[in-house]
Amino acid sequence: MNTAVSECETQAEGESVMGRTLAEKIWDAHVVRSAEGEPDLLYIDLHLLHEVTSPQAFDGLRAASRKVRRPDLSIATEDHNVPTTGITGPGVPLSGPGSPVTDPVSRIQVEALRKNCAEFGVRLHPMGDADQGIVHVIGPQLGLTQPGLTIVCGDSHTSTHGALGALAFGIGTSEVEHVLATQTLPQARPKTMAITVNGALPEGVTAKDLILAIIATIGTGGGQGYVLEYRGPAIRALTMAGRLTVCNMSIEAGARAGLVAPDDVTFGYLQGRPHAPSGAAWEAALDYWRTLPTDPDATFDHEVVLDAATLTPYVTWGTNPGQALPLAAFVPDPGSFADPAARAAAERALTYMDLVPGMALRDITVDTVFVGSCTNGRIEDLRAAASVLQGRRVAPSVRMLVVPGSMAVRAQAEAEGLDAVFTAAGAQWRSAGCSMCLGMNPDKLSAGERSASTSNRNFEGRQGKGGRTHLVSPEVAAATAVTGHLAAPADL
Amino acid sequence: MEPFVTHAGRAVPLRRSNVDTDQIIPAEYLKQVSRTGFGKGLFAAWREDPSFVLNQSQYDGATILVAGTDFGTGSSREHAVWALTDYGFRAVIAPRFGDIFRSNATKAGLLPVVLPEAAVTALQDAVEADPATEVVVDLDHRVVLAEAAGIKAPFEIDDYTRWRLMEGLDDIGLTLRHADDITAFEHNRPAWLPVTA
Repeated sequence: MNTAVSECETQAEGESVMGRTLAEKIWDAHVVRSAEGEPDLLYIDLHLLHEVTSPQAFDGLRAASRKVRRPDLSIATEDHNVPTTGITGPGVPLSGPGSPVTDPVSRIQVEALRKNCAEFGVRLHPMGDADQGIVHVIGPQLGLTQPGLTIVCGDSHTSTHGALGALAFGIGTSEVEHVLATQTLPQARPKTMAITVNGALPEGVTAKDLILAIIATIGTGGGQGYVLEYRGPAIRALTMAGRLTVCNMSIEAGARAGLVAPDDVTFGYLQGRPHAPSGAAWEAALDYWRTLPTDPDATFDHEVVLDAATLTPYVTWGTNPGQALPLAAFVPDPGSFADPAARAAAERALTYMDLVPGMALRDITVDTVFVGSCTNGRIEDLRAAASVLQGRRVAPSVRMLVVPGSMAVRAQAEAEGLDAVFTAAGAQWRSAGCSMCLGMNPDKLSAGERSASTSNRNFEGRQGKGGRTHLVSPEVAAATAVTGHLAAPADL
Repeated sequence: MEPFVTHAGRAVPLRRSNVDTDQIIPAEYLKQVSRTGFGKGLFAAWREDPSFVLNQSQYDGATILVAGTDFGTGSSREHAVWALTDYGFRAVIAPRFGDIFRSNATKAGLLPVVLPEAAVTALQDAVEADPATEVVVDLDHRVVLAEAAGIKAPFEIDDYTRWRLMEGLDDIGLTLRHADDITAFEHNRPAWLPVTA
């Protein structure tokens, strides 16, 4: 396939003489069936599964006597509800003495995934396995996430995989069942939005700060109905880890998917990974991947432009990810919001967060720091946090959890001695999982506790009922752990 | 899926924006492996507040939720839809919905109705003034009516989704009518694409 041929086909159909965006190219290459007045039927190249959103889908298959159409395009992991302590290695028991799983309801859910994967022939990486981890960390790590693919998972942070130039989006359980049964999804064609980030991020400003600033700019609903494409020099300059962080939080701006066009950073990241093509197949893949970037004459339905050079570390003050400000700012006065809904949301958020307008964000003290999640649980994130903690101590008033995004990240960190840095500083070094990102495993905030967290959602009770969350980068998380209040490394 | 053609019932005003799916059903309730019984977790944290609107007896038995903008943002958990339907809701009216929530709702027989902010506010005002106000959500004619309050608000929904909801059709069954197209597509996929096996 090449661009010239595709353009000719487009012209022949009389739809457009314009170039196409990356998202449109991937979409067009996956349309199984298109009919007037119906959503396109889209082929799915990779289906990621986990224990929480799949059991009812497998039950549905059984009830209808259906099979998994393509178990060879499906992969499962245990991540959301599993504990991150007591994981002694492969084969760690799920029940009985020595099992780290103490919640019987969680155990039943994990058992259901194991039973379903065995029955339907789906590859599973269970708790303790060397390749177990958060679903959005292991996909790229294994080289399964590749440019130009369509990828779905019953998890909204599937947008993460867009960092490699894949069209990846979260789906509900009914859709999980649909993909299991048919390897397709009926989908209405989304609109496209360019998020162009010019300039360069200043020293000490990270991909996390950038995406928090983007969400604060376009709002939590600004991306609804769109696929976002992150473009511009500041995006090009990001590492793959940084791009994964940015695309991960596309859903926090309301967009199901976010993309970065594949380039040499992408190809360098993929080459040699277990499921990346090799030999002649690598060359064939490269030829295709190089046709994917948005054509120069393509148009987007909407464009937002930001200047990276103006950014500083960002933190959230409220209860949605759009309620974010530079760390140097102050808790806003709800009265300063012109929009009545935004004003009411700010009032509610300040009550929940127990904050008063005018307070310096740097004066907010925390009792918990969480480094991890599909947003910031990769090796680069742990290195960033460790570099801040090296030779320093976590404040006595703070508990700090460092939770690698996968067991492979954990092994890599240990090979580099990062675990020793964390434990010497007084942080807890854990096994892989979603952990304190979402409050459905033993790692939670208690009511009234306040965290600085590298995760993606600061919703009420997200990290545990009554808990209060400030979203931050790994660097800010580590500096905050040292000082006990929101801080950047430059403050130390 | 239970067909949805037209539904008449009483409505609950939820005057909050950005009602994320973690609020609709907190994660601690997601460990169940069934599709039923999630109603007890609906707005679990908020329901602990006696003044929360669902705890007000005048709204007992209401089947339509009228919420602020960006309802159902965040997590893809379809459990949020199951919690609303299990509690007894048949439709949610809001100025804007999270994309995944809206999609999940239409797969599970809960009608998401997008109305302009002013119409949503008028409905909330009407049911606050008189909780017994009958609200009709007519998918066939794509209109929300509250005649006693003089409200007639047309809404848009694509023909295909409307048809599926009105017929109560199962998407998988519809797609499998095109199994040959899927097989033909699979024959043309490049051999170098990744497999998990």
